[in-house]
Amino acid sequence: MSVTRRCVLKGLVAAGTAVTVGVPVASARERKTPPSDAVGMLYDATRCIGCKACVVKCKEANGLPPETDPATGSIYDAPVDLSASTNTVIRLYKEGGRTSYVKAQCMHCVAPACVSVCMIGAFHKSDYGIVAYDPGKCVGCRYCQLACPYNVPKYEWNTAFPKIVKCEMCRHLLAKGGIPACCEVCPRQAVIYGKYADLLTDAKDRLARDPDRYYPKVYGESDGGGSQVLYLSAAGIPFEKLGLPTLGDEPVPQLVESLQHAIYRGFVAPAALFAALGYVMIRNGNGKENSNGGDGIGTSSEQEGKE
Amino acid sequence: MNLRAQPVGGSILTVPFKILFAVLTASVPLMAWRFVSGLGPTTGLSDGYPWGIWIAYDVVAGTGLACGGYAIAILCYVLNQGKYHPLVRPAVLTSALGYSMAGFAIVIDVGRYWNLWKVPLVWNWNRNSVLLEVAICVMTYVGVLWIELSPAFLEKLEESDSFPGLRKVSKVIRPWLDKAMIWILAVGILLPTMHQSSLGSLMLIAVSKLHKLWHTPLLPLLFLASCLLMGYSVVVFESTLSSRMFGRPRETETLSSLSGIVAAVSILYLALRLGDLALRGRFGLILGSGGYSVAFLLEMALFLTPALLLRKRERRKNPGTQFLAAMMMILAGMLYRFDVYLVGFNPGPGWSYFPSIPEMFITFGLVALEIMVFIIVVKRFPILAGIVPAASDSGPGEGSHVPATGR
Repeated sequence: MSVTRRCVLKGLVAAGTAVTVGVPVASARERKTPPSDAVGMLYDATRCIGCKACVVKCKEANGLPPETDPATGSIYDAPVDLSASTNTVIRLYKEGGRTSYVKAQCMHCVAPACVSVCMIGAFHKSDYGIVAYDPGKCVGCRYCQLACPYNVPKYEWNTAFPKIVKCEMCRHLLAKGGIPACCEVCPRQAVIYGKYADLLTDAKDRLARDPDRYYPKVYGESDGGGSQVLYLSAAGIPFEKLGLPTLGDEPVPQLVESLQHAIYRGFVAPAALFAALGYVMIRNGNGKENSNGGDGIGTSSEQEGKE
Repeated sequence: MNLRAQPVGGSILTVPFKILFAVLTASVPLMAWRFVSGLGPTTGLSDGYPWGIWIAYDVVAGTGLACGGYAIAILCYVLNQGKYHPLVRPAVLTSALGYSMAGFAIVIDVGRYWNLWKVPLVWNWNRNSVLLEVAICVMTYVGVLWIELSPAFLEKLEESDSFPGLRKVSKVIRPWLDKAMIWILAVGILLPTMHQSSLGSLMLIAVSKLHKLWHTPLLPLLFLASCLLMGYSVVVFESTLSSRMFGRPRETETLSSLSGIVAAVSILYLALRLGDLALRGRFGLILGSGGYSVAFLLEMALFLTPALLLRKRERRKNPGTQFLAAMMMILAGMLYRFDVYLVGFNPGPGWSYFPSIPEMFITFGLVALEIMVFIIVVKRFPILAGIVPAASDSGPGEGSHVPATGR
């Protein structure tokens, strides 16, 4: 009896460990690539003059209110960061004598963390690989905000009926044959819209043609698993200086997804644990044999029934 | 020996109860304010820190504390340690209340609560989402816990004459319930194994935001271990307090073997934690991370001290030591979970978080409600064991109190 019980307990421990630790084979999952019809944006910091026309046009196209600064009595729309009423913003990087502008908006990741974590798919990869938001499926848990390495999704904090707000690459304009407002309005074509594959080729061409002008990397080609918005920076200004995080090539959701899918593959491990628990507990007579007829969960009639 | 659980009886409207009621009353208008004005004016939350104490305390630490029912069920029904039986019902009650409070907190915390009903619909599920798994598990487990506890309510119902109709229903349900109970108990062990580990997995996505002292693929395992530690410690804590408050004999002998388990699991946990940091070359961070180091070292001290206090079997029998160790272990588990969700979480420059006063008072209100319901239930329903088994059958040096895992 003690031998079999030991075996059973060993099995239990094994099943429990499988449920929590997982099997480390899962990283074999295939790496995601952008869909074949993927669109994107290419921002070239060396062309940007910081005019913020994109910021204004974005608000107009998306019906977002201006952010004035009441503290200074300013009447100008002067957002300092992305927020629930600002989907794109131009920031200035300054260090020593060097300056560069940088545009922030949703990166439209190839493997987006927000999509991976969203419980019932309010965030999803939509047409052309755009990361789109459906408020009808959003419970407002804000896990997307915690998960996004770029801090892009923003929450409407000051209303009883809030939504998440972020750049959706003006998909409402795309549907009517237009292009994203920021790309349309940019006077220097610092940010351009196009097919993802073309933009990537374009970016690499620029690097090859003018190596002295650029920092030698296309940000977004593989960072954090890659994004459909690509960045070029001026020579000598690495991307982390512009506020773009160093993420490595692994998709941000890869670790958690591979672990989670290994643990719950086919629901085998939880089912096995459940069966093992049931088996052990029935063998134990529901804890009765050592219990002096105890008064735990099981009711007294059960104790009598088993006698 | 009479082990039957009995209602404690006595008046409900005691002074502590009235104080708790006052705290709850104070929090109700604040909750209303949150629903009228949104989370911005009422909390310290921001786009950088989207999760605050309602998640870190009420849900993550709170359900850890509510793992007493889980921890005791493993001992009692899987490892077949029947002597823990008298601890089961109070532990399950504490768990049911803790998990219900977490559910309550989630409804207050989420911005678009009117969409919550769509979460359990299978065709909506995003199978990559750890939060979905946690949500489904927790929702189900709240139900399972109240079903596990239902015999206590049905017993009371059958003894009273006030509701003859309901009594008949109860008589029909109970044999059926008894037959199903073993499987319900199995679900009740499976679900916390899944979602308590997943509470750790939730933060795996924050690769670039969670400090390297806490971000590790072992997060699910460490969260599982910490919930067991918190669960066993809460049982010790709560038994001691109940025996004081309600003048019950204390299960010192049983609690001493429980304390032994706490010490062993704690050492295992520390070995995992430090071994992981060492293997991944992050040992240097322990002292070289400024404020993070302080939080980490405090955490380590809180896990280690009770383990050392409980190391000697003689000391373990001392109720004072048991209580002190349990309190420290509870703090250790809570601090670990706070560190993972708030202290070690850094979304980037320019963001900070500290809970607002209304935010804190809403949490206080929920805790007060939880304790009030606990008091009412133990006073009116058969939860706490009447008389405790004499300690005579186990001498000081006797080893039978260690769970029979490897024997």
